[in-house]
Amino acid sequence: MEAFIDDWGLTLVTFIPLVGALVMMAIPRVNESMHKAVALGTTLVAAVLGVLLLANFDYGAAGDLQFVVDKSWIDVINSRYIVGLDGMSLPLLLLTLGVVPLCIIYSFAHFPEPHNPKTFLTLILVLETGMLGSFIAQDLILFFVFFEVVLLPMFFLIGVWGGDDRRYASLKFFLYTLFGSALMLISFLALFFLADGTVAESAAATVNTFDMRALSTGATSVIGRSAQLWIFGGMFIGFGVKVPMFPFHTWLPDAHTQAPTVGSVILAAVLLKLGTYGFVRIAIPFLPEAAAAWAPIIGLLAVIGIIYGALGCLAQQDMKRLIAFSSVAHMGFVMLGISTLTDFGINAAVFGMVAHGLITGMLFFVAGSMKDRYHTLDMNRLGGLLLQGPKMGWILAFAAMASLGLPGLAGFWGEFPAILAAYNPAEILSAGLWRGYMVVAALGTVLAAGYLLWMVQKTAFGTPTEEFENDPHIHDVTAFEWIAWTPFLILIVVFGFYPNLIFDLTDPAVIKSLKVEGLNGTAADCLEMAKSAGEACFADLRSALGSGN
Amino acid sequence: MISLVSFVGLFAEAFNRPPIDWHALAPEITLLVVGALVTLLDVVLLEKGRAITPAIAGLGLLAVLVPIVTLAVDGVASNPRMAFGGSEVYVVDGYSLVLKALFIIIAYLVVLMSTNYIAEGDYWESEYYGMLLSSVLGMLVMASARDLITVFVALELLSIPAYLLATWRKRDLKSNEAGLKYYLNGVFASALMLYGMSLLFGVSGSTILVEINAAIGEAAASTAIISLGIVLVIVGFAFKVSAVPFHLWAPDTYEGSPTPITAFLAVGAKAAGFVALMNLIFVGFWSRSDVYSPALWILAALTMTIGNLTALRQNNLIRLMAYSGVAQAGFMLAALTVAGESAEIAQTSASAVVTYLIIYAAMNLGAFAIILAVTRRTASAEVAAFDGLFQWAPALAVLMTVFLVSLAGIPPLGGWYAKFSVFTALLEANVWWAYVLAGLAAINTVIAFGYYGRLASRMWFEKAPDSLDTTSLRVPFALQAAIAITAVATIAFGVYPAAVTHFSDIDVPAAAAALVP
Repeated sequence: MEAFIDDWGLTLVTFIPLVGALVMMAIPRVNESMHKAVALGTTLVAAVLGVLLLANFDYGAAGDLQFVVDKSWIDVINSRYIVGLDGMSLPLLLLTLGVVPLCIIYSFAHFPEPHNPKTFLTLILVLETGMLGSFIAQDLILFFVFFEVVLLPMFFLIGVWGGDDRRYASLKFFLYTLFGSALMLISFLALFFLADGTVAESAAATVNTFDMRALSTGATSVIGRSAQLWIFGGMFIGFGVKVPMFPFHTWLPDAHTQAPTVGSVILAAVLLKLGTYGFVRIAIPFLPEAAAAWAPIIGLLAVIGIIYGALGCLAQQDMKRLIAFSSVAHMGFVMLGISTLTDFGINAAVFGMVAHGLITGMLFFVAGSMKDRYHTLDMNRLGGLLLQGPKMGWILAFAAMASLGLPGLAGFWGEFPAILAAYNPAEILSAGLWRGYMVVAALGTVLAAGYLLWMVQKTAFGTPTEEFENDPHIHDVTAFEWIAWTPFLILIVVFGFYPNLIFDLTDPAVIKSLKVEGLNGTAADCLEMAKSAGEACFADLRSALGSGN
Repeated sequence: MISLVSFVGLFAEAFNRPPIDWHALAPEITLLVVGALVTLLDVVLLEKGRAITPAIAGLGLLAVLVPIVTLAVDGVASNPRMAFGGSEVYVVDGYSLVLKALFIIIAYLVVLMSTNYIAEGDYWESEYYGMLLSSVLGMLVMASARDLITVFVALELLSIPAYLLATWRKRDLKSNEAGLKYYLNGVFASALMLYGMSLLFGVSGSTILVEINAAIGEAAASTAIISLGIVLVIVGFAFKVSAVPFHLWAPDTYEGSPTPITAFLAVGAKAAGFVALMNLIFVGFWSRSDVYSPALWILAALTMTIGNLTALRQNNLIRLMAYSGVAQAGFMLAALTVAGESAEIAQTSASAVVTYLIIYAAMNLGAFAIILAVTRRTASAEVAAFDGLFQWAPALAVLMTVFLVSLAGIPPLGGWYAKFSVFTALLEANVWWAYVLAGLAAINTVIAFGYYGRLASRMWFEKAPDSLDTTSLRVPFALQAAIAITAVATIAFGVYPAAVTHFSDIDVPAAAAALVP
C-alpha cells in the first residue's frame, strides 16, 4: 500500500477528477442525479487519497519532496513528468481537495442559471485537475500546462453561469491571465537555455533542464545578473497577474462579481494561490539574486494593494465586489510577507494563502446564499440578516471577524506575522524601507476592520428594509449549506488556535527554498548579508561556476 | 556537316536518362495513377461512377501512404535517396517523407470533408477529385524539390488546379471572384519569384540549391544582386503563405471558394508554401542569413500582428479563419527567422516549423470541418450563426471549442506545443531581436484569444436565434470521421507532444556538409 501511494498517489489524486469528468461526458444530460453522484464521488475519492497522502507524508522530512515520480514526457525538449510534494505544497493541495467537494455539495441546492449540472460539474472537475496538478508539478512545462488548464473551465464557469456582465468579465479574466502566462513561458524557456542543470545540487542529467528540483538548487546561479532580472520580470508579471497584485488586479473584482458563487469560492480559495505559490515555489528559489533586486518593488506594490484594496472596499455598494476588493488587500499581505525574503515572512505568506482561502471562500459562500435569497447584493437595500436568518448572520459576522485578523482565528496568523516579518526583512534588503511598508500595512489592518465591520453592519445589523420585510424566500441556513460550510468554520477556528499545524509543515520547505546553493552542495547565505556583500556573494557564486552569460 | 553531327551527338548525350530510383518516386507515381484512375473512371462509368469517386480518391490517397511507409522502413531518414542519378535535385529524406505523409493526410481529410458537400451541391465530382489529387501531387514534389526549376514546377502543379478549384461553384459570383483573385495574385507572385530565381541563377550558375548556397556564401559574390534575388523569391512565397502585406487575396478567396477547398488552401497550400520556403532557406540560402533573417523578421512581425488585429474585426467566420491563418503563418515565419544562427538552431527551427505545420493541420482542418457541419443547418457563415450552438449541437460546440482553444495555443490542446516550439527556437538563438520577436509573439497570443474566445463565448453564452431549427443535427458520416480524426490528433498532440515530435524532430533538409560551418 505504501509503495503504491508513493508511486501513484499524486498522479491518481490529480487525474481522478479528470476521469470523473470523462465519465460524466458519457452520461446523458437529463440524468442529473447521476451527474451529481459521479462528481461528488470522484472528488471525495480524491479527497480520501489526499488524506492517505497526508498519512503517509514523512513530517520529519517536510522540506524534501516526497512521493516523487519522474517519467519521460517530451524528450525533445527534455521536459519530464515530474511530480512531488513537500511541506509547502501539501497544505495547498489539501485545501484544494477539501474545497472542491464542498463546493459541489453547495452547488446541489444552488445551480445557477442556465442550470445544466452536467457541464457545470464537468468543468469543476477539470478545474480541480488543473489546480492539483499545479501544486504537485516539479517540471516547469508540466507546471505551465496545469497552470493553463485552470483557465478554460473558469472562463466558461464565469461566462455561462455568471451575472449580467459575464461575457466581459470572463474575457477580461482570460486575457489578463493569458498575457501573464505568455511572458511567464518565455521566462521559463530563457531559464531552460541559460541555466546549467549539471551544476545543481540535485543535478539534472543535462545542461538544459526544466526540472524544478535542479533549477531551485543552483542550476540558475550561472545566469548573469541582468538576464536574471529580465527573467524574474517575466515571471513577476505572470504570477503577479494571477495573485493579483496592484496594478494587475482589475480583472479580479469583475470576475468575482460576475462569477457564480461556487466559481467565486474556488477563485478566491485556490486560483489566486497559484500566483503566490508561483512566487514561493518558482520565482524566489530559482532566482534569489533577482528576487532581492525586485523585492522593493514587490513590497511597494503589496502595500499599495493593501491600501488600495481597502479603499476600494469602502467605495463599494455591492457586497460581492467588496469581498473581491478585500481579496486584493489580503493578497497584499501575503505578497508583503513574500517580499521580505525571510523564512518567517514566507511561512506567514503560505499560512495567509490557506487562511485567505478558507475565510474569503466562506464570505463568498454567504454572499452567494444571500444573493439567492434577496436577489441583490446592494448593501443599501440589505439589512437585518440577523433577524431574518440569525445563523447565517452570525456566520457572516464570524467570517468577517476572521477576515479582519481577529486573534484566535486563522486570518490573524496570515496577517500578523507578515507585518512582523516586514520589521526585519532579509539582510540584503533595506530594513528602513520595509519598516515603512510595515507601518502602511498596519494601517491597512485598521481599514480592513473598518470595511468588514461596515459590511456586517450594513447587511446583518438593523432591521430588514421594507422591500424584504415579509419576503418568504428569506430563510436561514439550509442543510446543504451547513454541510458545505461547517468544515470551513471548524478549520478557521482550529488553525486560529493551533497555527503550528501548518507552520510545522511549511517551515522546513521554506527554509530549504531560501537556501542559495553553491557548487557541490555548499550553501551560501547570500540573502542574509548586507546589500553589497550579498551581491558580491552572488557574483562569487557565478564566477566559481565559471560562467557569466 | 561535321559540326551538325557533333551537334546532334551533343543533343543525344544531353538526353541520356539518368538512373531513376523508382522506389523513391513510388509515392508520386502511386498518386499519379490514382488521379488518372479517377479521371478515367468518369469517362467509362459516367453518372454511375459519381457515388464511388470520393471513395476511390480517399482510398487511393491512403494507398500512397504504403510506399511512404516502405521508404521510412527502408531508413531514408538516416540515408537519404537521390531520385535522379544521385544529384541533389530531388531528395527523399526523413524530412520530405514526413511532409509527404502530412500532405496525403491533409488531402484525405479534405476528401472526407468534400464528400457530401460536393455531392449535394451537384458540382463536377470526378473533375473535382482529379484536380485535388493533381494539386496534392504538386505538394509531394515540393517536399523533395531541391532545385529551383523543380520548386517552380511543383509550385505551378499545386497552384493551377487550386485556382480552378477555388472557382468550383461557378454560378456564384463570389466563387468566381475567389478564383480570379487567387489566380492573379498567384501569377504575379510567380513572376516575382522567377525573376528572383533568374538573378540567383545568374550569380551562382546553378539551379541546384546546394550549389547556390555554396556560391552565394562566398565573399566575392555580389551582395546587392543576391539580396534582391533572395528577397524576391521570399516575397513570391510570402504570397503563397499569405504573409502580410501580401495576404490581401486570402480572405476573399477563402470566402468565395467551396468550404472544403478553403480548408485545403488554408492548410495544404499554406503548408506547401512553407515547405518551399524551408527548402530554399535551409538548403539554398542558408549561408546568407544576413539577407533573409531581417526580411523574415519583418514579415513575421507584420503577419502576426496585423493578421490578429484584423481578425478581431471580422464578422464572417470564414474571413475570421482566413485572418487567423494569416496570424498563424506569422508564428511559423518567426521560427524561420533564426534559422541561420547556427546548425543546432537550424535544427530547432526546422523542427518547430514542421511541428507547427502538423498541429496546425489537425486543428485548422477540424475547425473547418465543424464549420461545414454547422453551416449545413445555418446556411450562413456569419459569426452570429454560431450563437447558442451549445444548445442545439453540444458535441459540435465542445469540439469547436477544443479546436479554437488549440488555435489560441492554450494547454493542454495541441496548439500550445506548436507555439511553444516556436518560442523554443527563438529563445535558443539567444539574440536580442529574437527575444523581441518572442515578446511580440507572446502579446499576439493574447490578442488572438480575443477573437477565438469571442467565438467560443458566442457558442456557449448566447441564445440560438429563434428562427433557427434547433432539433438535433445529423452530421454525415464522412464529416464525422474528419472531425473525429482531427479532434483526437489535436488533443493527443497537446497532452503527449512526443506524438508529434517523434515525426517532426527530423534532420534539417540540407546536405549535412553544407550546414556544418
